[in-house]
Amino acid sequence: MMRLVVIGAGMASGRMLETLFEAGFAGRVTLFNGEPRGNYNRLMLSPVLSGEKTYAEIVTHDDAWYVAHGVQCHFGEHVTKIDRERKVVVSKTGETPYDALVIATGSAPFIIPVAGKDLPGVCTYRDLEDTNAMIAVSKPGAKAVVIGGGLLGLEAAAGMAARGAEVTVIHLMGHLMERQLDPSAGYLLQKDLERRGIRIHCKGATKAILGTDRVEAVLLEDGTVHDADLVCMAVGIRPETRIATDAHLEVGRGVVVNDQMQTSDRAIYALGECVEHDKQLFGLVAPLYDQAKVLAATLMGQEAAFKPVQTATKLKVTGVDLFSAGDFADAPGREDIVFRDPGRGVYKRLVLEGEKLVGAVMYGDTADGAWFFDKIKSGEDVSAMRETLIFGPAFAGGAQADPLAAVAALPPEAEICGCNGVCKSKITAAVQGGAVTLDMVRATTKASSSCGTCTGLVEKVMALTLGDGFQANANPPMCRCTDHTHEDVRRLIKAQGLKSIPAVMQNLGWKTVGGCASCRPALNYYLLSDWTLDYADDRQSRFVNERNHANIQKDGTYSVVPRMWGGVTTSAELRAIADAADRYAVPMIKVTGGQRIDLLGVRKEDLPAIWADFNEAGMVSGHAYAKGLRTVKTCVGKEFCRFGTQDSTGLGIKLEKLLWGSWTPAKVKLGVSGCPRNCAEATCKDIGVVCVDSGYQISVAGAAGMDVKETELLCAVPTEEEAMEVIAAFVQLYRENARYLHRIYKWVAKVGLDWCKAQIMDLETRRALYDRFMQSQSVYQTDPWAELAERPSDWAPIADLTLRAAE
Amino acid sequence: MTAMIDIAALDDIPRQGARVVKTDAGCVAVFRTADDQVFALEDRCPHKGGPLSEGIVHGTSVTCPLHAWVFDLSTGVAQGADEGAVRTFAARTEGGRVFLDATRLRQRSAA
Ligand code: SRM
Ligand SMILES: Cc1cc2nc3c(=O)[nH]c(=O)nc-3n(C[C@H](O)[C@H](O)[C@H](O)COP(=O)(O)OP(=O)(O)OC[C@H]3O[C@@H](n4cnc5c(N)ncnc54)[C@H](O)[C@@H]3O)c2cc1C
Ligand code: SF4
Ligand code: FES
Repeated sequence: MMRLVVIGAGMASGRMLETLFEAGFAGRVTLFNGEPRGNYNRLMLSPVLSGEKTYAEIVTHDDAWYVAHGVQCHFGEHVTKIDRERKVVVSKTGETPYDALVIATGSAPFIIPVAGKDLPGVCTYRDLEDTNAMIAVSKPGAKAVVIGGGLLGLEAAAGMAARGAEVTVIHLMGHLMERQLDPSAGYLLQKDLERRGIRIHCKGATKAILGTDRVEAVLLEDGTVHDADLVCMAVGIRPETRIATDAHLEVGRGVVVNDQMQTSDRAIYALGECVEHDKQLFGLVAPLYDQAKVLAATLMGQEAAFKPVQTATKLKVTGVDLFSAGDFADAPGREDIVFRDPGRGVYKRLVLEGEKLVGAVMYGDTADGAWFFDKIKSGEDVSAMRETLIFGPAFAGGAQADPLAAVAALPPEAEICGCNGVCKSKITAAVQGGAVTLDMVRATTKASSSCGTCTGLVEKVMALTLGDGFQANANPPMCRCTDHTHEDVRRLIKAQGLKSIPAVMQNLGWKTVGGCASCRPALNYYLLSDWTLDYADDRQSRFVNERNHANIQKDGTYSVVPRMWGGVTTSAELRAIADAADRYAVPMIKVTGGQRIDLLGVRKEDLPAIWADFNEAGMVSGHAYAKGLRTVKTCVGKEFCRFGTQDSTGLGIKLEKLLWGSWTPAKVKLGVSGCPRNCAEATCKDIGVVCVDSGYQISVAGAAGMDVKETELLCAVPTEEEAMEVIAAFVQLYRENARYLHRIYKWVAKVGLDWCKAQIMDLETRRALYDRFMQSQSVYQTDPWAELAERPSDWAPIADLTLRAAE
Repeated sequence: MTAMIDIAALDDIPRQGARVVKTDAGCVAVFRTADDQVFALEDRCPHKGGPLSEGIVHGTSVTCPLHAWVFDLSTGVAQGADEGAVRTFAARTEGGRVFLDATRLRQRSAA
């Protein structure tokens, strides 16, 4: 069996291994990686930095994948030497023999050799450690300096700024991203970034990094000093060739390979950013993926040859649209077509050489990027459409200005996903073959799975192919006011420290003024749950029932439900209810399914008075209207029942007293039964407790409304105290993580019961959740009736013209 | 001729909220937007009579609390796929007070 050893678990080797296993490779693979982890999507570190994604979401190959393919992993273990003679590689755990060896060591960030470069607080931007170092420092008010205004530097700057840091970018050249942008587009980009609070210092040469124990500032040649708690150097990369050089392989700027990705040693191959092919180096993933395919074929004994293709660039900063492809430097014989709309911040420039399009730079509106890129690559004669060329395919084809027209006009071979070289026809074929969701298209074609900037285009191709059957991604945006999903918004609220509804709408680019009736209540909930002590509840963003603390009826009257702790009442309470029913002429008194009494048909203007009456009798709001704790249903338990094992009624009352008043993503109902006969129907509640001789079985995620579902066991505990702590902690876990309006069972289905168990079983996490729950209760566990009953005038009309008319 | 009558102080109406004025022929909802514009509409949804004054106010629209139809506050016309409209009444603010068009209100009660 062939022994294949791979050095480096990065983007290139990861793709190579995937292709190899798909092709049925029969050898044994040993994989070394310097980073203490397997392959993740390095491109997506920027969304992790900005808080739009988590590390877990960007892992491309997890442990299960390596196990499934029998890959021997040595993560966190550098290969220090290649012994070509004996065909072994050396690492700290010993020697590993190979029949074929692949060098995929990527590249190392370039460190400018200035004084202070080794101070703590100076990082580069290459891996998860760098990203975490920047996240740790990027608190509101912290100062960060990024040296380098290229792609990486700007993504680092935008990411840290999104977390609230004050960021300055120092760039050596006259305008940002000079390798991809011309000065005009660079200027627009600078303005956009400055608008987000990022300072840009062009023509700035770093002289030294200052600080004694830690970095404190950056000194420039012109004498300027920029204060800094963190300095990120993003000035370029150089291929990581050390082990290849030491092994006396042929190395130029990178490890020299032929068209089959073979080095000067026939048994050793190389691919990725560490290689040099035909005098060329590579710094974007698209050509690396091509290399991966070629090398996989070579290792399978098939014929293949690597031919570099042109690549296009996009910047992954949310809200900044730029596109650049081809060559746009001024040169004799070249002509420009330029379109500017400064008001909209749109700039487009096409560079023509003779009859051909050779370069395109676009800023602000990049919808036609793929179409121009296609023209550049095909080298077709564009002279016939020159007059309208800059307006893109909508004009060239004479089609309508339909958003899908640009995509419809693309030929089948047009490239949609640059990173993975996926053309339009491949996506169309995948969709026709049954890949009807974005995730399925990603899985079958890899389109949109790397840097993600082509996602919109892929969706358009899907929409064109599926017609009305197309439903954009399975996790749609919150509502039509935003492109962000609920999950993104929750994360960004925390990452960017957003503490009011207007701040969320402003910073996350809401498309409407003042949102809508669907996003405002959700935002209000997320903010009060995340910033318990700082956020002031916005009553006007509450649905009518929560705003008026009563359920609205079909005729505009309301229902009133006082709390009846654990379903237990007294003759005095019943008398107070009967009196109130008479006093306010309540049309119906009903025993609810939640073990308490509902007074239906109360007029709005009577609400404050009836509440005051109930308060007087010692009763508080039952929150029968709330996305919050509803009822804790109980059975009689061991105090009276001959089968009861514990005091289920008592525990139910204690739980209701612990949890009442808390706001949750959707309503929460509990049941406590005294024995497994389960008379309180605890096993179809959001949280259910079934008492047994040895203690309390706590199960969660039941449902008995639109869906019916039995609860699943979370854990069993011996004491009431522990049961109460577990339940409060679990409610807090739900409060912090679920999407608004998702009941517990829906949320658990998403995150997995095992994850919930792990959080609750970890005593430190459980305790912290419990403490946060109690902190929230210190603010929110108040009776709204008592507060609102004091302002009866708010519940009456502000003016009564019927009286005036009578005067 | 229009005669505007003083109804209430602007601050009696919460921003992004509404209060109700009773008239002989039913209630009128007086809305205040986040930027202090005021609008007066019949407080009865054409769908099933929901009280629009209890809806969530966003921009210059309100969403009915019962089944979420959305109405444009300035025209009273239902948005999107729903068809229907409520009557609107002239309203303005001056010196921190809210004024409604009494003529229209009386006409309405006369009709
Ligand atoms: C009063 C009551 C019916 C009764 O006469 O017994 C009731 C009445 C309403 N239920 Fe319920 N539900 C009542 C027990 C239940 C139960 C049984 C239970 O709690 O043991 C269920 C099934 C369990 C569950 O919660 O899933 C139940 C499942 C629902 C659902 C479906 C929820 C789901 O996610 O599947 C809704 C709709 C919703 O919440 O969106 C709903 C919504 C409603 C609303 C709020 C409809 C509305 O939006 O206006 C009703 C308000 C009536 C009012 O004005 O007071 N009601 N509802 C019960 C009040 C219990 C209490 O004391 O608080
Ligand atoms: C923040 C960021 C954003 C980016 N965004 C984009 C983008 O939008 N589009 C794009 O096309 N490209 C982007 N890139 C570039 C892209 O990530 C690289 O081109 C790509 O990761 C290179 O792949 P590789 O496999 O050659 O190297 P890598 O992915 O760097 O993998 C090399 C691995 O080898 C390991 N290694 C090195 N030496 C040894 C040794 N001696 N022993 C064992 N292991 C070793 C390293 O630890 C590393 O894990 C971005 C890069 C970064 C850092
Ligand atoms: S089942 Fe619940 S929501 Fe449906 S009519 Fe009865 S009380 Fe109303
Ligand atoms: S009553 Fe207004 S939407 Fe139904």
